[in-house]
Amino acid sequence: MDQGIGARLLRKEDDRYMRGRGQFVGDIRLPRMQEVAFLRSPIAHGRIKDIRIPGHVRGQVFISSDMPEVVPIRADTALPGFKSSVQPPLAIGKVRHVGELVAMCVAPTRAEAEDIAELVVLDIEELPAVVDMLAGRQPDSPLLHERWGDNLFLTTSIDVDFEAVKSKVHRKVTRELRTSRQAMSPLEGRGVIAHWDSRLGQLVVTSSTQQPHVVRAGLAECLGLPEGDIRVIAPDVGGGFGYKGILLPEEIALSWATMKLGFPLKWIEDRRENLVAGADCREHHYLLTAYADETGRLLALDCEATVDAGAYSAYPFSACLEAGQIGSILPGLYDFPHYRCRTYSVATNKPPILPYRGVARTGVCFALEVTLDALARDLGVEPWKLRMKSLVRPEQMPFDNIAKRHFDSGDYPEALRRAVEMIGISEIRARQSDDEADGRRIGVGLAMYSEQAGHGTSVYASWGIPFVPGYEQCHARFTPDGGLELRIGAHSHGQGLETTLSQVAHSILGVGHDRIKVLHGDTAKTPYSTGTWGSRCMIMSGGAVAEACDQLAARVMRIGAKLLQTEVPNVKLVGGFVEGRAGRISIADIAKTWYRRPQDLPFDADPAGLEVTAGYKAKRDTGTFSYAAHAAAVAVDTFTGEVEILDYVVVEDGGVLINPMIVDGQICGGCAQGIGTALFEEMAYDANGQPQASTLADYLLPGPTEVPQIRIDHMETPSPYTRFGQKGLGEGGAIAPPAAITNAINDALSGFGVELLVSPITPRRIVEAVAAAKATVPTQKAAQ
Amino acid sequence: MKAPAFDYKRARTLDEASALLGGNAGSMVIAGGQTLGPMLNLRLTQPTLLVDITRIPGMTTVQETSSEVILGACITHANFEDGRVPDATGGFLARVAKGIAYRAVRTRGTVGGSIAHADPASDWVSTLIALHAEVDIHGGAGRRTMPLEQFVKGPLSTDLRISELVSAIRVKKDAAGDSFGYAKLCRKTGEFAEAIGVVRRFSNGKKVRLIAGRSDGSPIVIENGADFIAGRSIEREQLYPYLIERGLRDDSYSRGIHMAALQRALDESWGV
Repeated sequence: MDQGIGARLLRKEDDRYMRGRGQFVGDIRLPRMQEVAFLRSPIAHGRIKDIRIPGHVRGQVFISSDMPEVVPIRADTALPGFKSSVQPPLAIGKVRHVGELVAMCVAPTRAEAEDIAELVVLDIEELPAVVDMLAGRQPDSPLLHERWGDNLFLTTSIDVDFEAVKSKVHRKVTRELRTSRQAMSPLEGRGVIAHWDSRLGQLVVTSSTQQPHVVRAGLAECLGLPEGDIRVIAPDVGGGFGYKGILLPEEIALSWATMKLGFPLKWIEDRRENLVAGADCREHHYLLTAYADETGRLLALDCEATVDAGAYSAYPFSACLEAGQIGSILPGLYDFPHYRCRTYSVATNKPPILPYRGVARTGVCFALEVTLDALARDLGVEPWKLRMKSLVRPEQMPFDNIAKRHFDSGDYPEALRRAVEMIGISEIRARQSDDEADGRRIGVGLAMYSEQAGHGTSVYASWGIPFVPGYEQCHARFTPDGGLELRIGAHSHGQGLETTLSQVAHSILGVGHDRIKVLHGDTAKTPYSTGTWGSRCMIMSGGAVAEACDQLAARVMRIGAKLLQTEVPNVKLVGGFVEGRAGRISIADIAKTWYRRPQDLPFDADPAGLEVTAGYKAKRDTGTFSYAAHAAAVAVDTFTGEVEILDYVVVEDGGVLINPMIVDGQICGGCAQGIGTALFEEMAYDANGQPQASTLADYLLPGPTEVPQIRIDHMETPSPYTRFGQKGLGEGGAIAPPAAITNAINDALSGFGVELLVSPITPRRIVEAVAAAKATVPTQKAAQ
Repeated sequence: MKAPAFDYKRARTLDEASALLGGNAGSMVIAGGQTLGPMLNLRLTQPTLLVDITRIPGMTTVQETSSEVILGACITHANFEDGRVPDATGGFLARVAKGIAYRAVRTRGTVGGSIAHADPASDWVSTLIALHAEVDIHGGAGRRTMPLEQFVKGPLSTDLRISELVSAIRVKKDAAGDSFGYAKLCRKTGEFAEAIGVVRRFSNGKKVRLIAGRSDGSPIVIENGADFIAGRSIEREQLYPYLIERGLRDDSYSRGIHMAALQRALDESWGV
C-alpha cells in the first residue's frame, strides 16, 4: 500500500486515542501536586474595593497584590491607532468581565480549593457594563479602559474608488447582520500543570496549548525569566480551534505560585469556566450594501463592520485579528471595481475575543453571501448565477483582488458549478413549485469562501503582534537502527500531523510509516515555531519536513555511494534503499554504519551525520488560498421553527491533498462547528453583562443527530508556491455553513417575505419572523 | 466544579431511609443521581447528607396484581427501554423511555427520581399522568398513595414531606387496550423538551386524554380531548385558546411547538 503523499492512510495517532491511551494534562499526576481553583469575578464591570480572605486560609489564597513582580499581559499591534490593554493575570483595581480571575486558591484537591474560594469575600462596586458593541461605540458609553477616552481598540478603513460607483447605473441592497457570541468547545478544555525542575533550573509548564513556544515567550515576558529557564510542554491536546492559541492568565498565575510554594500545581478548566469565562469568539455586526448592475454583476461593496472584541487584547493574536482582517476578506472570491469598508474593534465587558476556526471569515462569509442572496432575490436572479457573473475566473490566476490579497490558484466557477450540480438545484426548484406533503418549506442555499493559509513574514511583520512567523523548521534524524524522527515546533491536536508528516517523509526517503516518529509539543525537544494556527502546518511543517528529508537523503546517498564503492551520481534512493548499478544498501544499514560501525565509513564522510535541522518558507509568503462552494438543502417547519438539513455538499479545492481521508475529516468536523454557529450556539448576555449559559444544557452544541452526512467533492488545483502544491485547509469547513444554511432557510421562507439575518437561526427566531411577516407588511428586513 | 463535602449513607430499608431523612435537616435522597449529580457539582444544592435508596430491597423490582403493575421507584429508564419491565401499555412506556436524554443517563436515571424531582420537562411526569399513575410515598407514618397528577404540585414541587420518599409507581392494567402517542420537541436530541404531547385514546368509547407538557409549569391535562380533535387532527384554533386559559404561555412559538407536539402524539397513537 502506498504510504506517501495522496494516500488515504488511517491516522497513526488514533491508535492511542481510540484506545484511551492518550495523555492529556488531566491525566498527568506529579508527586506532591496540589490543585488550583480560581475565584472569578461574578460581575461584568466593577471596581474592586476589598478582597477579604479568612485568616486560616490566607496561606492558600493569592491575589494580585501578592505578586507585584508579575508583568501584565500585553498584546499590542503595530497598526496605527491601536490602543493597548493591560491584563494582569489576577485582577488589579477593576474587573472587566464575568469570569475574570481575582484570586487563586490552592489545596490538595480541587473540591477543597473550591471550598476555600467560597470563603473569600469580594467587595466590588459595580459599574455600568458595556454589553452591546454598538452601544459601546457611542460617545456616552461607559469606558472599560478609562485612559483611552473611548472603547475602540482599533478602527480600520479601506476605500478603493468607492464614490465612483454612485455615478454608475446600479441596483443596491443593504442588510444589517449579526453573528452571536460563541464559546469554543473543544472536547478537552484548557488545563495547566506548573512545577519547578530544580535539577535543570527550569520552570516546566505543561499546558493544553497549540503554541508551546509562543507560550514560553509570553511566560518569560510576564515572569521576568530567561526563556531558557522555561520549558513548555503541550501533551496530547483534545482540540484547539484557536481556544488554545493564547497565553493564559492561568499559566502565569500557576507558574508564579509553583515557584513560590515549591510544589507542583494543577488547574483543569471545567465546562462552566469554559462557557462563562471563555465565551470569546465570532460576535460581529455588519451593515453591508452590495451594488450591482442590472444583470447582477457586482459593482461595489460598502461595509461597516463592528467586532465585539471583549475586555482585553489576547496574547499573541491581539484584539484586532478579526476586525483587522475583515476589510481584506470581505471581497470574497469576487472581482468588482469599487469598495469601501470600515471596521471597529470594540472593547466590551466580555471575555477577550480569540480567533476561532475560520477566524473572521465565518462572519464575513455570512454577511457577504447572505447579502448576495438578498441582491439576487431583489434582481430576480438565481443566486448561483448572480455569483457566476462576478467570480474571479481561472484565467485571471494568480489574481490580486481589490483588497490586495493575492489568490494563488483555483477555478472558482467550476467549484460553484459542481456544487449546483451535486445539490441538484433544478430538482429542488421543481420540488418547490409543489407543496410538501408535510407542510414544510424547502429551500436551497449556497455559499463560497476562500481561506488564506500559511501566510508568513511579510503579512505578519506589518501587523506587529507579539510574534512574526519566519522560517518553519524541522529537526530530522535517523536512529541507529534506521528509524526516522521528525521534530517540529508546531503542534498536532486533531490535525493528524503525526500521520501526514510521516507521509511527506516517506515520499522522500521511502522509510516505512511505522518507522517514522513525529515529535512535537515540547520546547525542550523541538525547534522554535509560532505553533499551530492559520491552517499553516501542512504548508509550513510539511515543507520543513520535506526540506529536512531532502538533506538527509543527500547524506544517506553519499554514505551509501561510498559503501557501494561508487559515486553519488551513480546511485538513487528508492524505497528506503540506496541503489547503485552493482547492488543496494538499506538506510537502516547506512544508519548502523554511521552510529555503530564508524570504522566502515569512508574517511571523507560528512561529519554532520544523519541529523539535520532545516528551515522552510513558501516561494511566496502571502499564503495559499484554498476555497470551496458549500450548498445546503433544508426543510423548514414554519409552525415549530424546526430546520432539517436534507442535504449538505462541499466542493473543496485544497490544492494537492496529502491525505484525502484526513481532509474529509477536517471538512466534516468544520461543518459540524459551522452548523453549530448557524443553528445552535449562542452565548447571550443580559443588560448587566451576565452570561446566560453556564452548562451545555443552556449552550447547545450540535450532536451526531444534528449533523447530516456531508457529501464532499475535491478539486486539486496545485498552489504554485508550496513544496507539493498543497494548500492549508483546516478551517474551511467551519466558514461557510452559517451562510449556506441561512441562505437555504431564507430561500425556503421567501414566500413569506421573511429574511433571517442573524446567527444562530433558532426555531423561535423563525417562528417569530414568520408571525411578524404575517402580521405586518412582508418587507421588514432588520437584524433580529 | 466539584461538589462540596457531604455525608453519604446507604439505607437498607425504607424505614431507615425515612428516619435518616427526618433526622437530618440538610438531607436529600439520591437514586440515579442524573439530576442531583450536576446540581451538586455546580454547588446549586449543598446537602449535608445524601441517603442512597437504590439498595433497598424492592426498589428495583416489579409487583403485579390483577389490576396494577407496581414499579419500584429505582427502576432505571434503560430497564423500561429494554423491555425488562412488565408493561401494561403495550410497549408505550418503552417507547417513551427510549427518548429520555441519552443512553448513559438512562442506565442510571430512575423513574422514581424523575417523579420526585418533578421537572415539568421530564418525560415521565407527563407520560405517567396520562396513565393515571399513582405514587406510593413512604414516610415515618407509613405508606400513603396518591394520584401523580396531585403529587406534582408545580415545577420542581411535589407533595413530599420531610422524611418521605417515593417508593413505587402504580400503573393500572386497564390501559391495556388503549392507544398511546408521545411526542416532544427539543432543540436537539437528548435535551430537555420545550413541548411535550401525550395522547391516550381509550379503547372503551371515544374518550381521549391529552397532556400538554411544558418547561415552565405543570403538565396541562385535557380530559375531554376528543372535543378538540376532528378526525385525526388536533383542532388548533379551538385547543390553543383553551390551553392559554389553562395557563400555557401565549406567543407564536409556544403555540407552534405545543400544537405540533400534540398533533405528533396523536399521529403516533394512530401508528402514523
